[in-house]
Amino acid sequence: MSEKNENVKVKKIRPNYLNLSSSEKISRLGAYILLIVLCIIWLYPIVWIVLNAFRTEFNPDGTMVGTVVSHYWPKQVGWDNFKILFTNTYFPVWFRNTLVVAVFTCILSTMLNMSVSYVMSKVKFKMRKPFMNIAMVMGLFPGFMSMIAIYYILKALGLTQTLFALILCYSAGAGLGFYVGKGFFDTVPNALIEAARIDGAGEARIFATIILPISKPIIVYTALMSFTGPWMDFIFARVILGEQNTHLHTVAVGLYYMMYGQIVDTSRFTVFAAGCVCVAIPIVALFMYLQKYYIEGSTAGSVKG
Amino acid sequence: MDRKKYGISGFFQRIAQPFINFYKRFMDGSIGTKMSHFIMGAGNIYHGQIIKGLIYFLIQVGYVVFMVTCPKVNNTPLGYKAFINFVTLGTQEGDIFTPADNSMLMLLFGVVTFGITLMYLFAYNSSIKSSYKADKDLKNYGKVTTFRHDLKEMFGNRFYIAMLTPATLGAVVFTLLPTLFMILIAFTNFDKERQAGLKLFDWVGLDNFTTFFTNPSGEIAARFLPVLGWTLIWAFFATFLNYYGGILLALLINKKGLKGKVIFRAIFVLTIAIPQFISLLAMRNLIGEYGPLQSFLIKVGIMSEPMSFLANAPNVWIARITIILINLWVGIPYSMLLASGAIMNIPESLYEAARIDGASKFTILRKITMPYIVFITTPYLISSFIGNITSFNIIYLLTGGMPKVTGGYIAGGTDLLVTWLYKLTIDEQQYNLGAVIGILTFLLTSTVTLITYRRSKSYKEEDAFQ
Repeated sequence: MSEKNENVKVKKIRPNYLNLSSSEKISRLGAYILLIVLCIIWLYPIVWIVLNAFRTEFNPDGTMVGTVVSHYWPKQVGWDNFKILFTNTYFPVWFRNTLVVAVFTCILSTMLNMSVSYVMSKVKFKMRKPFMNIAMVMGLFPGFMSMIAIYYILKALGLTQTLFALILCYSAGAGLGFYVGKGFFDTVPNALIEAARIDGAGEARIFATIILPISKPIIVYTALMSFTGPWMDFIFARVILGEQNTHLHTVAVGLYYMMYGQIVDTSRFTVFAAGCVCVAIPIVALFMYLQKYYIEGSTAGSVKG
Repeated sequence: MDRKKYGISGFFQRIAQPFINFYKRFMDGSIGTKMSHFIMGAGNIYHGQIIKGLIYFLIQVGYVVFMVTCPKVNNTPLGYKAFINFVTLGTQEGDIFTPADNSMLMLLFGVVTFGITLMYLFAYNSSIKSSYKADKDLKNYGKVTTFRHDLKEMFGNRFYIAMLTPATLGAVVFTLLPTLFMILIAFTNFDKERQAGLKLFDWVGLDNFTTFFTNPSGEIAARFLPVLGWTLIWAFFATFLNYYGGILLALLINKKGLKGKVIFRAIFVLTIAIPQFISLLAMRNLIGEYGPLQSFLIKVGIMSEPMSFLANAPNVWIARITIILINLWVGIPYSMLLASGAIMNIPESLYEAARIDGASKFTILRKITMPYIVFITTPYLISSFIGNITSFNIIYLLTGGMPKVTGGYIAGGTDLLVTWLYKLTIDEQQYNLGAVIGILTFLLTSTVTLITYRRSKSYKEEDAFQ
């Protein structure tokens, strides 16, 4: 997977690169063309949203054209949509809400998830198999079937319509998603732990000083997934925080209602697009920056099951 | 752990074992242990483990107080009354002056009290075991363990308990309890007519399930099989098209001698990183009647006039096929990433050997590359099939379950079981019917899992790499 490996492979092939057969050349050219076409297809909607965020066309009467229009490239560009977004909508509040929820969810879920993953992988206690089976069965119920019940439980606790409730919803069940983390810890040699145990280290110390330092990839992956979750989730935030409380929305719910709320207002599409760009840029940057961990984590988790 | 019994006799034996142990400890134990069967912690105090004994004793006092005083939350009692209420689901019909009993909270608190009782029984059993262990320690070593020693043990050898407790607590309160609650709701008539706190609802046995299968006049029964059918069709195509599409794309990107792999891969990862609600809502508008795609197609001459491909599509299948196609856009990059990982892990020696044997490129692809990728990514295939059965975002954000079909105002033409569940519970407040769909969805996903997952190697041989 590393860059080095690829370079080595390329070098090996290079000697006969010049006298490639013509069929090989054609197939390579075909592959390039196909890939470029595919890239255009995949980038087409993304570029379109970005273009719309900057589109500032005006009607003859001076109002802005905010609706979806049939031309792809905007005729005029400017920052007006962003200005509207930050002054005339609740977007800054939504953004702050989401950030708060995401940070706390990230911390809590990562802690819960890592501790369960480690125990499930390395401690062979009596209730382990039943524990794993129950966790697997719970995972098979549609997640939001229990949403109504969670809503009422939180209501009984007097917690609904607070960001704290949403944080609890996102992170409380995090321990059940231990399969990816367990897959990682399974590859940590048992001998490492045995050696420390023989040296007299307690379990807590083994976890803190030996396991945690070598678990950076899986910790980063788990943290990344739980941090980005609140930015993408739509259902829980909507039910737990209530449709009416505009000031409590997260970005996903707020932006959705901007377009498809009780009063359908399609004239705000360009403002919506500006909001999307503001949300997508930090998330995409984070993903790209941590791409290595993301790829490792998702491959390890899904491949080993 | 050492000698596991299987089959029916093994099952009964495992059920009976705690009771046998219970009896044995009572007969064998010291006077303190015998006392522990009535007063928790008595045995520990008898052996001089005062703090531990007091903790157990306080647990018992707390539980008894809780059960007898029946603390009220939102005017609904917990404790022993919760058990009675759980059976009756409330007796007081509301009128203008007095509110009705809240059947929903009564059901919930019944489950909660039951859970607390289970935990109490667990603590009760552990107090006896602890006293019995003190008996044994006294006999074998002449002394019992100190509280400090127990604490040390807790954070030493039994560190895992401390690590698991918060996560388990969270999962019990926010996953297990709500799920149990919703399963129970499926056996009541909790719906729009009987809002919690306004009107009582009651147990109705299997009535809701029969509504789904036998009542031919109702929308529910008429729509159930079509929705189930579409859920399966969707899950099948969404899974396999994405899977093989991703593998083909990975093969293309990883083609020998191709430059710019990193850039190509980054472009596709970019689409994974963008939150789905953004990309899906963008797609929905992009291909809509007023969007640039249709005007382009009209200009080129492929289409004659604008039409809806999604929520207002003239034919259900147009919407369905569009959704599957858009899902390719969403899902292929992800499976490409996994397949890329697999391709890069194929040992070069396998290729060398094949080349020496004079295998053609196509043969290598068919006999080495493909089997290897499929072998490695099969668990992903299963989990993504289940994920697609319960995929909510893509349907809800693209069509909201529409277009309308005859005989179904709640379940539209593209509604999956889960989006139907959502509409029934959140929009229509037919909680009981929603819960039934939840259970049926669970049966579907668990059947798929049982058939495939438990056979998979990684489940059976999880320590294969050690």
